[in-house]
Amino acid sequence: MRQAKQPFQFVTASYLIRITRDRAMTLEELARILHSCSEASIFHHTFQSLERQHYVSFSNDFAQWALTACNEPPLAEELAAIDLRDCTSIDDLRKSLTSRVDGYILDNASASTRRAFENFFFCEALEFLVNRDEKAMNLAELEEGIRKMSLQTVHHHFINSRLRLRLQTNDFSNWIDTSLGLPELARRVEGIDIYVNTLDGLREEILQVIHPWIDR
Amino acid sequence: MMVDAKPAASAPSPIDDYAAVVGASEIGELRVFARQLQGRRVKMVNSTAVGGGVAEILNRLVPLLRELGVQTNWEVLTGGEQFFAVTKGFHNALHGAPYEGGADWMDIYLATNEENRRRMTFDEDYIVIHDPQPAALVEARDGSKGCWSWRCHIDLSHPSLEVWNFLKPYVERYDASMFSSPAFTQGLNIPQYLVYPTIDPLADKNRELEPEFIRGVLERFGIDPERPIVTQISRFDRLKDPLGVIQAYKMVKRHNDCQLVLAGGAASDDPEGQTVLAEVQEAAQGEPDIHILSLPPWSYLEINALQRGSTIVVQKSIREGFGLTVTEALWKKKPVVASAVGGIPSQVLHKLTGMLVHSVDGTAYQIRFLLSNPAFARQLGENGYQHVRENFLITQHLKRYLLLFLSFQQGK
Repeated sequence: MRQAKQPFQFVTASYLIRITRDRAMTLEELARILHSCSEASIFHHTFQSLERQHYVSFSNDFAQWALTACNEPPLAEELAAIDLRDCTSIDDLRKSLTSRVDGYILDNASASTRRAFENFFFCEALEFLVNRDEKAMNLAELEEGIRKMSLQTVHHHFINSRLRLRLQTNDFSNWIDTSLGLPELARRVEGIDIYVNTLDGLREEILQVIHPWIDR
Repeated sequence: MMVDAKPAASAPSPIDDYAAVVGASEIGELRVFARQLQGRRVKMVNSTAVGGGVAEILNRLVPLLRELGVQTNWEVLTGGEQFFAVTKGFHNALHGAPYEGGADWMDIYLATNEENRRRMTFDEDYIVIHDPQPAALVEARDGSKGCWSWRCHIDLSHPSLEVWNFLKPYVERYDASMFSSPAFTQGLNIPQYLVYPTIDPLADKNRELEPEFIRGVLERFGIDPERPIVTQISRFDRLKDPLGVIQAYKMVKRHNDCQLVLAGGAASDDPEGQTVLAEVQEAAQGEPDIHILSLPPWSYLEINALQRGSTIVVQKSIREGFGLTVTEALWKKKPVVASAVGGIPSQVLHKLTGMLVHSVDGTAYQIRFLLSNPAFARQLGENGYQHVRENFLITQHLKRYLLLFLSFQQGK
């Protein structure tokens, strides 16, 4: 079995949600706060929301609010169409969000000050990480570790890692490529769709992609 | 009063038993975070050991924290009838009703808090004070080395300013606060964290029951298991609008054959309960299919059976903290019709995990809709169960507390 140059370090990751004082009652207020709110807020309502969106229509909180509280489905679709995989920094993401909301308000002035059905409350995620004793030196150990990790840790390694690495990839693909030297497998893992899967489904799909490569 | 955190009906399950519900990985990670807190001590203080959602949560949470190695004490505020009448008024006023206490309410409140402050010690590392009743205990923090948190279980979005302006200076002396929904906050100048209340899936109130047992409980209360049952489980409190539920039921009854169950108990800190119960009994007079059940606080299995035996569960609150009875019903895969107040919209995503309503008319309409569309009702129940499994089980709650304590330890 192919051994890695560097071990994969498993962590335990979880988040505490801090409620900020910022709240938007209209699209105009959303636009204003989006320009100035903390990076942690942008992160929470886009990356973090991917772990809890099984029942709602859209994958980020801003899009969902535009739909259900403002009744502006075209804006909701525009915001939901932002693919986090194209953003390597929160600043990129903030620009994508603000340009869409600002543009929509310009074209739909009457919608911008209409009171939403419910307020948008800006929150932030505080991340807590603990390195585990377990490390992986090959694909079998990686598979075992992924099987045992909590869903929040799956989210940390597969989704949140994109920002940390400032790369358009995830922790697993990054390690598979750079430490195991398997770029094709890295590409396939990276190709898994984070938008249409639950985290349980995401984990299963990662395992299905990795498993056939273990004995190669 | 020191509480031993062992409810009469059942001892808490060991932490590893929860792996069957949430997965071994989640339990393993709780242990990882708890290890970071070894040797640290916690104190929880609230105002009642029995009855009401807060006591129920603490009865499960405290033993689990201890099992994870976080030494946790739970103490209950002691006070007289006058004090609890004042704090019941606080409770209603913070939910938006005008405060109707006597002239000396501040003195009564502060005197009881002061008596309790002298009686208790606060030498733990982390002190968590629950709700307004003991909030002024924070006066003790000057001589304490610990970090103090205020856990607010109620909806503060539209408080009576008379009461809130009195309490706020005390609250802002804490190091952090916890709320059940972002909408409940008041823009405090201390950190405000989101901590959902949760249920214990292994407690007698929520665990699986044999169908024969459920049937037996229904029959014991004179409820026909063969006909549709619409149920609201709540203590008899005006904010739970039991009279509104009876009105809605009477509107439904014109179209659908069904029974109504209103079941609940009284918490020791709620002096109004008997009055409201009498009003409800009067409103139900002459309606043989309305069952008013005043249950003792240890009726966990009976409540569980009533929920599981129901066709639809209703929670027509006017104001609500989080609404754990909704969580319980969703966990049991029941279609829920509930008011869009407090923390209920976090649980009931309209037409996805239940039906949100805003009036008696709306409540009646959605009950009729679900009684007539059982396949849709079943799908709501399935979704609701998954939603609770992911967000509102006690293991998540444990993790939030561990992370809060870690945030203090790490200076975040």
